[in-house]
Amino acid sequence: MQWDIVIGLEIHVQLATKTKIFSGSSTAYGAEPNTQANAVDLAMPGTLPVPNEQAFRYAVMFGLAVNAEIERRSVFERKNYFYPDLPKGYQTTQLERPIVGPGFVDIDLPNGETKRVRIHHAHLEEDAGKSLHEDFHGMTGVDLNRAGTPLIEVVTEPDMNNAEEAVAFAKKLHSIVTSLGICDGDMSQGSMRFDVNISLKPKGSDTLGTRTETKNLNSFRFMEQAIAHEVERQIDVLEDGGSIVQETRLYNGDRDESRSMRTKEEANDYRYFPCPDLLPVEIDDSFIEEARNSLPELPDARKARFMEQYGLNDYDAGLLSGDSKLAAFFEEAASQGKDAKLVANWIQGEFSARLNAEEKSVADSPITGAQLGDLVVRVADNTISSAGAKKVFEALWSGENDNVDAIIDTKGLKQVSDTGALEAMVDEVLAGMPDQVAQYQNEEDPKKRKKMLGGFMGPLMKASKGQGNPKLFNEILVRKLGG
Amino acid sequence: MHNKSVAELSRELESGQVSSVELTQEFLDRIKREDSKYNSFITVTEEQALADARVADEQRAAGNATPWTGVPFAHKDIFCTNGVRTTCGSKMLENFVPPYDATVTANFRQAGAVCLGKTNMDEFAMGSSNENSFFGAVTNPWGLSEGNKRVPGGSSGGSAAAVAARLVPAATATDTGGSIRQPAALCGVTGLKPTYGRVSRYGMIAFASSLDQGGTMARTAEDNALMLNVMAGFDPKDSTSLDREVPDYTATLNEPLKGLKIGLPKEYFSDQLSPAMEQQIRNAVKEYEKLGATVKEVSLPNAKLAIAAYYVIAPAEASANLSRFDGVRYGYRCEDPKDLMDLYTRSRAEGFGAEVKRRILVGTYALSAGYFDAYYLKAQKVRRLIQQDFINAFKEVDVLMSPTTPSPAFIQGEKTSDPVTMYLEDVFTIAINLAGVPAMSVPAGFVDGLPVGLQIIGDYFSEARLLNAAHQFQQVTDWHQREPQ
Repeated sequence: MQWDIVIGLEIHVQLATKTKIFSGSSTAYGAEPNTQANAVDLAMPGTLPVPNEQAFRYAVMFGLAVNAEIERRSVFERKNYFYPDLPKGYQTTQLERPIVGPGFVDIDLPNGETKRVRIHHAHLEEDAGKSLHEDFHGMTGVDLNRAGTPLIEVVTEPDMNNAEEAVAFAKKLHSIVTSLGICDGDMSQGSMRFDVNISLKPKGSDTLGTRTETKNLNSFRFMEQAIAHEVERQIDVLEDGGSIVQETRLYNGDRDESRSMRTKEEANDYRYFPCPDLLPVEIDDSFIEEARNSLPELPDARKARFMEQYGLNDYDAGLLSGDSKLAAFFEEAASQGKDAKLVANWIQGEFSARLNAEEKSVADSPITGAQLGDLVVRVADNTISSAGAKKVFEALWSGENDNVDAIIDTKGLKQVSDTGALEAMVDEVLAGMPDQVAQYQNEEDPKKRKKMLGGFMGPLMKASKGQGNPKLFNEILVRKLGG
Repeated sequence: MHNKSVAELSRELESGQVSSVELTQEFLDRIKREDSKYNSFITVTEEQALADARVADEQRAAGNATPWTGVPFAHKDIFCTNGVRTTCGSKMLENFVPPYDATVTANFRQAGAVCLGKTNMDEFAMGSSNENSFFGAVTNPWGLSEGNKRVPGGSSGGSAAAVAARLVPAATATDTGGSIRQPAALCGVTGLKPTYGRVSRYGMIAFASSLDQGGTMARTAEDNALMLNVMAGFDPKDSTSLDREVPDYTATLNEPLKGLKIGLPKEYFSDQLSPAMEQQIRNAVKEYEKLGATVKEVSLPNAKLAIAAYYVIAPAEASANLSRFDGVRYGYRCEDPKDLMDLYTRSRAEGFGAEVKRRILVGTYALSAGYFDAYYLKAQKVRRLIQQDFINAFKEVDVLMSPTTPSPAFIQGEKTSDPVTMYLEDVFTIAINLAGVPAMSVPAGFVDGLPVGLQIIGDYFSEARLLNAAHQFQQVTDWHQREPQ
C-alpha cells in the first residue's frame, strides 16, 4: 500500500533574554548547577512571578516575522504536574490565549518549489530545570539554572509531508529566530528543540491517521532520522495489520531507536487554569509598532537582496542568506572585492567543508569574512593559483599568519605571470622533451592531445618552482606546439 | 503600658517617657507569662526583638523616627521573615527559615517596628477556628473557662487572640475569605482587609492567590490606619499589586460622618442571624445615625452563592499553590523514600493536615478534565455576578454594614466534625473577597459575654473612608476598649 505522511512540528525556542521570564536570574548557559536560581526560581514559599517585558517583545517580533496576528490580551495558565525539575509543581504557560495567533512560513523545497507551512499559534512559557541522573549514585540531581528561561513554543499545522520538508521548515525557523536575534540558535545547548507529530494515511485519503509525538529532538539530523524511523515503524505496524497507538515516543539518535514514553491513557490531566499571580497581559499598538520597527532584515528579504545586489543565483542566495551569521560572513568577504560568485563558491566549498570536518559553526571559524575576501581577491586577480590559494587558506585557518598578502610572500606563492619569463621556460622544457613533442604533434584526436598537454605541465611547474601561472603556461604551450 | 494603643505608645516613645527596650521587655514578659493560656504565638523572637529595640532607641535619639520606631508588634506566621522560621501553621514548614523578607515584613522593618514573634494560625490559612494549626489550637481570651474553651476564629486566630489579650498592641494578618474579620469579631478587636492589590503579597505564603490579602489587626481603628500606612503600596515584586497613591490613612480619621450613606444588605440580616446578634448590629447602626449618617436597605442578590463559588475557586488555586511543597527543595521530607512517587506521596501525606488535604482534593477535582467547566468556570461567572452586586450597591451608598459573623465565638471542637458547618462561619465575609473590595470588623457589643463584630464594607480603595467610619464609631463607643478577664 502507498502511504501519505503527515507531519506537524512543535518547536521550543529559548529566547535570548538576559534574565528569566518571571525572575531576575541570569539565563546564561553553562554555570555551576543552581547558581542561577533565586528564591522565585526555587519556588520558595510566598515568592511571586514578575513578567520580563523583553520576552514579550521577542515573542511579538517572532509573530510579526511569521506573518501572524498578535493577540492584544494574552493569558498565562498553570499546567500542573509533579516533577523534581519543575519547582512550583506547575509550568506557567499559555493555552487559551497565546500571544501569537495563526501565521505562516514559506519554505524552499529541493525541487525549486515553494511551500507554505501554516503556524497554528506560538505561546510564551517558562522552561523547566534539568534532572541529572548520572553521578548521583542511584539518586537524581536537580539543576534549576534553566528553570524559568523564557521559551516560545511554536506549533505548526500538519502541513509537511516528508522529512525533507520538516527539516526545511525547521531550518527556516532557525534562520528566522537567529536573524531576529531572539534566540542564539545553538542546538547543542538546547536553544531549539523539536517535537515531531507524525501520522500516516492511505495515499489520497482525507482522513488523518492516529499520530505519535516524538519529543525533544535537538538537531536537524536527528530530526530527519527520527522521522524516517517513525514512518518506517508506523508502516510496519500498519502493514502487519496493527494500529497506531496515540503516544509520546523518545528517539535515541545515537542508536537510531525509539521507545514509547507514555500513551494517551497514561497522559497527565494537567488541570490548566489561568494563573492568578499574573494578570492578563495587554499589548497595545505602539508596543507592536515598536517591535515592527525593530525587526532586522529577515531571511526571505535577505535572499532577494543577495540575488539583486551580488548577482547570486537562487540556490547560492538561498544557502548564504539562511543563517544570519553565515550571511554576515559572506557579506564581509564579498565587500573586499567584486567577485561575489567566487566568494560564494569558496564559502560553500573549502570553508563549509572545513567547518563540517571540524564540527564548527560559522561563529567558531578561525578565519574572518574579511580574510576570506582578501584571499578571493588574490585568486581573482591571478596573484595566486587555486593550489596556492588552498595553502593560504590553510595558513589562515591554522592561525599561522592572519594576513593574506604576507602569507603569499613568505610562502612564495605568487604566480609568475610575466609571459616573457614563462615563454623562456616553455622553450627550455620543450627542448628537453623532443620525443613527447613529436608524439603530440602527430596525434590527431584533440582529446588525446589535451591530455598529452598535461604531461608538459609537471616539468613546467617544476622549472618555475611552482610559481608559474598554469593558465598562461597552457596558452603558451598550445601556441608553441601548434594548434 | 500593655493597654495602650500603638498611637499612644508611639507618642510616649517620642516624648521619652518609655524606651523601646522597656516596652519590648514588658510585652515579652507578658507573652512568657500569659500565652500558655492562649497559644497565640508559634515563635517568640526575644533576642532579635531586644536587639531591634536597642536600634530603635538609638534611631529615636538620633531623630530618625517614624511613628513605628520601637513599637512592638507581631507577624502572622504566614509572612516570611528573613532568618526567622516561618511555618504557616504547618508541619510541612516546621523548620523552614526563609532567606528573604516578605514585602510587608520588610516594610515594618524599614519603619523601625519591633517584631516580637510569629502568631499562630490555621494551617496554610485554611480554617475559621484556628483548630487546624500543627502547633495546636488557639484559645479565645474571651472564652477561657475550662471545658468550655472558645475558638478565636481563624485563620488569623493567633493575631486576634494576642491583640485581645494585650500581648501585642497590633499584629499583621491575612484574609482570604474572612480570616482577618472573623477572628477580629470573635476576639473583640478591630481588623481591616484592604482592597485586593493594595498590600503586596510577596513573601506572604499563598493560599488562594486571587483572594489572599494582607491586612491589619489592632484594638483601635487609628492603629489599623497606622499599620496600613506601612503596609499599603505598589510592589514591583507582586504583579497583582496596584500602582496607586497611598494616602495617609490617619489624616482623614476625624472627618465628620454627616451625610454618610449606609446600606444594609438585606441578605445579611436573614434568619441565619440570631436575634441577639442582630440587635447589637442594629444598635451600632443607630450610633451611626446619631453621627449624621443615613441608612437604607440594599440588596446583594447573588450573595447566597458566595460560599459555593468560594469553595471551588479557593481550593482550585490552593491545589496548585501547594504543589511546591513536594519534599524536594525545602520543608518536610518523609524518611527513607523508596522512589520519587513515594517521596511525593508520603512527604505530602505526612506533612499536610486534614483540612489542607481536603482542600487540595476538592481543588484538584474541580480543575480536572470533564469537571472544569461545571465547577471552575461556573464559579468564576458567579464571582463576576457578585462583583457586580457590590459595584451596583456602591452606586447607591457609601458603605455597607452587616454583622461580621452569624454568631459569637463557638466552643472548641463544636464544628470540627462537619466542615460545611465550619465553612458557614464565613457566610458574611466571603463575598467581599470574591469582589475584592475592602472591609473591616469593628467591635460592636456583646452577646452572652462574647464580642460581636460590625462589618463595614467599602468600595474599591475606600480604606480611608472605612477607617474614618470605624474611628468615629470608636469615639462614641468603648466596645473596643473592653478587656477580657
